Amino acid sequence: MIDFVGTVKHWGRQSVAHLDAPLLFIAMAIMAVGLVTVHSATFDGNQRMASQAGNMGVALAIMWFVSRLPPQKLMRLAVPLYVVGVILLVGVFLFGIKVNGAKRWLPLGFTRIQPSEIMKIAMPLMLAWYFHKFEATLRWKHHVVAALLLVVPFALIAKQPDLGTAILVGAAGFYVIFFAGLPWKVIFGLAAAGAAAAPLLWNVLHDYQRKRILTLLDPTTDPLGAGYHIIQATIAIGSGGAVGKGYLNGTQTHLEFIPEKHTDFIFAVYSEEWGLIGNGFLLFLYTLLVGRGLIIAAAAPTLFTRLLAGAITLIFFTYAFVNMGMVSGILPVVGVPLPFVSYGGTALVTLFLGIGILMSIHTHRMLVKK
Amino acid sequence: MGVRRRGQKGHRFAESPVLQLALQGWRSRLVGLVLMAAFGLLLARGFYLQVINNDFLQEKGESRYRRDIEVSASRGKIVDRNGDMLAVSTPMKSIWIIPADARQMSPAQKQKLAALLEMPAKELEAKFNSDKTFAFLKRQVPPELAGHVAALKLPGVHQEKEYRRYYPTGDMTAHIVGFTGVDDRGLEGVELAFQNSLIGRAGSRSVIKDRRGQIVEDVGALRPPQDGKDVRLALDSKIQYLAYSQLRAAVSENHAKAGGAIVIDARSGEILALVNWPTYNPNNREHLSGAQLRNRALTDTFEPGSVMKPFTAALALDRGRVRFDTVIDCAPGRLTIGNATISDAHPHGALTVAQVIQKSSNVGTAKIALGFPPKEMWEMFDGVGFGQQPNLGFPGEVTGRLRPWKNWRPIEQATMSYGHGISVSLVQLARAYTVFARDGELIPLSLTRLDDLPVHGAQVFSPQTVREIRAMLEMAVQPEGTAPKARVAGYRVGGKTGTAYKIEGGVYARKYVASFVGLAPISDPRLVVAVMIDEPSGAAHYGGDVAGPAFSHIMGGALRTLGIPPDAPIQVAQAENKKEKL
Repeated sequence: MIDFVGTVKHWGRQSVAHLDAPLLFIAMAIMAVGLVTVHSATFDGNQRMASQAGNMGVALAIMWFVSRLPPQKLMRLAVPLYVVGVILLVGVFLFGIKVNGAKRWLPLGFTRIQPSEIMKIAMPLMLAWYFHKFEATLRWKHHVVAALLLVVPFALIAKQPDLGTAILVGAAGFYVIFFAGLPWKVIFGLAAAGAAAAPLLWNVLHDYQRKRILTLLDPTTDPLGAGYHIIQATIAIGSGGAVGKGYLNGTQTHLEFIPEKHTDFIFAVYSEEWGLIGNGFLLFLYTLLVGRGLIIAAAAPTLFTRLLAGAITLIFFTYAFVNMGMVSGILPVVGVPLPFVSYGGTALVTLFLGIGILMSIHTHRMLVKK
Repeated sequence: MGVRRRGQKGHRFAESPVLQLALQGWRSRLVGLVLMAAFGLLLARGFYLQVINNDFLQEKGESRYRRDIEVSASRGKIVDRNGDMLAVSTPMKSIWIIPADARQMSPAQKQKLAALLEMPAKELEAKFNSDKTFAFLKRQVPPELAGHVAALKLPGVHQEKEYRRYYPTGDMTAHIVGFTGVDDRGLEGVELAFQNSLIGRAGSRSVIKDRRGQIVEDVGALRPPQDGKDVRLALDSKIQYLAYSQLRAAVSENHAKAGGAIVIDARSGEILALVNWPTYNPNNREHLSGAQLRNRALTDTFEPGSVMKPFTAALALDRGRVRFDTVIDCAPGRLTIGNATISDAHPHGALTVAQVIQKSSNVGTAKIALGFPPKEMWEMFDGVGFGQQPNLGFPGEVTGRLRPWKNWRPIEQATMSYGHGISVSLVQLARAYTVFARDGELIPLSLTRLDDLPVHGAQVFSPQTVREIRAMLEMAVQPEGTAPKARVAGYRVGGKTGTAYKIEGGVYARKYVASFVGLAPISDPRLVVAVMIDEPSGAAHYGGDVAGPAFSHIMGGALRTLGIPPDAPIQVAQAENKKEKL
């Protein structure tokens, strides 16, 4: 007879073998905050909590699947994924459909997709693969190539225009290059050049993008238009006070003064109801997440895995910082969701893809040596 | 791990895994610092907003959702003396939309809405496509229909409570009750005169509104609304209806232009009926002319003519200049004063003072009046209320014209004694006659029902004088008098006719104002009724023939309505009836 119980136990052990418990618990904790806040943001209207829970289930399944893929397999995926992503972006540029004045979607007959989303993962994967490949013979020209690999998708996405995603994709690539050892001279040089080119860049920006930056500086110049989001969000956060108005008691939220309250501006909902203490708690969870990510990066055995883990971790941080920064009025408004909290399936899947990759990197590090 | 990049100048980076690790360690630390700084910044921003700026932002937030809204008070009712409704406010709904939201409606929903509101689909569509943020779909919608609309739960369709003023008695009471405008403000009549007590005081409630202005929570009442007070008029609907229908009949029978009638309770000064013709329907004021709107009894003046004669006679009796039976020579029916001549319609010979009134002799009256100092006569006119506002609080009340006595010429004094060269309103005239009904006292008139009786006023004539005048007035409706048609079966009545030429462009035209003012029952007068018919153009134009019958019907009906016991021998009435039948 087969040891039935033993087999089940083995399968059980086997199925969780590639999950990283700390990472999973932290992500689940943030997700719990998200679920609870989505409920508050939507309970008096179009209830979204159940469907968000469904999204989470799908995302967790993807995470579980990805965590089981060894990094070598991920590495093999890097180039095709990147190439397909770029081709699709070019497709968007040529055949994309306009929604709200931006060309972000590619119609595929039965459905439509947003290729820039693929790039969020494909970009760090590709660059990490690239540096890994030329690890031994890295020259400055490799940095130039890496920069090109970064700039092409960035430009295509920025052109759509979708500055928020472009920045996230660009940041993801930049983190890889940074960790790969971009010389400080170059970093400072680029920063100086960027500062010098700022006026030029200003002219390149779309009107609405300029307006967002201007309204950030003084939202009251356009309280009903571009400044509306910032003012309403600031009021919601500020009126929450130190301890918040209490769960489901946020007036600005439930009276629908907060725009996009269950997606991009969900932080205002959370902050109004839970106050400064809630903010501290959420920041603490993100710190744990980023910290665990950096630990995984530091412990990663190969350059590819180290760069990838570092970039993914910093992307989590960037998401969180940019979103909370814009909602609380210290960064311009760009379409970036709050990671693991905002409602939306696509973002969750992308994020858990990242978590899955981190887990894979961490749990496969010993297998190489074994 | 300890190897620093700085110490490896000239060395290419990332050449060995060891170096790579060291490099990353350094960068990781920097990254960690940046991350901490960034999160620290967020926390600091949170602290700034939530602790330092908390009060300010909380207030800002509240100002966005907390609203004090007005809760409208229901306008007071106007009722007659017995509590019958003359003007009531019924709750209605106005249906309004936020066009941007309403555009989300499905075609089927639009169709249903159009059918319910009985609006053409095109008109509905036009309102939906408005670029405004607010549009009325329909106002004054009955609550039941509004309920059906609400049940459809259409997007962007909202309702507001409002009131509609309804006048159950319609054109019968239009002039006295008046009407309100769309904003519930009185525009005419009692609605205007009593505006302040009728409107009440709107209250306010504190509510929470969401971004779209929908009330989501009622925080509570700050101040409850005070509904308007009801106004209880002195008017008696039954008598009003009587006056209304009799006036209408008299105007049409005599092919007259207009008319007015008033019934006053002589004991209290209460106006029991006040009607004008032409009138209008206050519930539907679409095609309203100025002529219909005029409350003639109060706002129009006319030269009263002979109805003034009893006042002249009363003054002479009161001052002892004449007695009831003093004989006055009225032959040959003409009297020349200065270069003007006055004349009687039918020449008379010698008449007693009583007969002068009974037969309405201009010459006789003028002779009586010529002995008066002008001041005395002016004071008498003033004493019975001519040249003064009746002070009913009505819009457009007039004083009439009573010129100062100092520049009266004798001929003017003579014509004034029989009602020319002086102008009065019908209300003033009726009020002046209450003096004869009340033993010489002039009391104020009242539009509203009075409960504190008796009412007292200034004594104008002695009771003895007034008794004698009443006897003369009763003689005037006898077959030998000018107005036998004014008699009322079963009651002793008295009164005086008036037939005056109208002045057009400063000269007397061949147009008349026929009037009759009288009182009953003579044994204990209770009612004064005044009837005025403007420009009768039928066969008759004398007051006794034109206004007399209407007076008789109104007075008779009013006396019976009030249950006042008859004071005339019943057999006389029967005899009269028989005579008429023969």
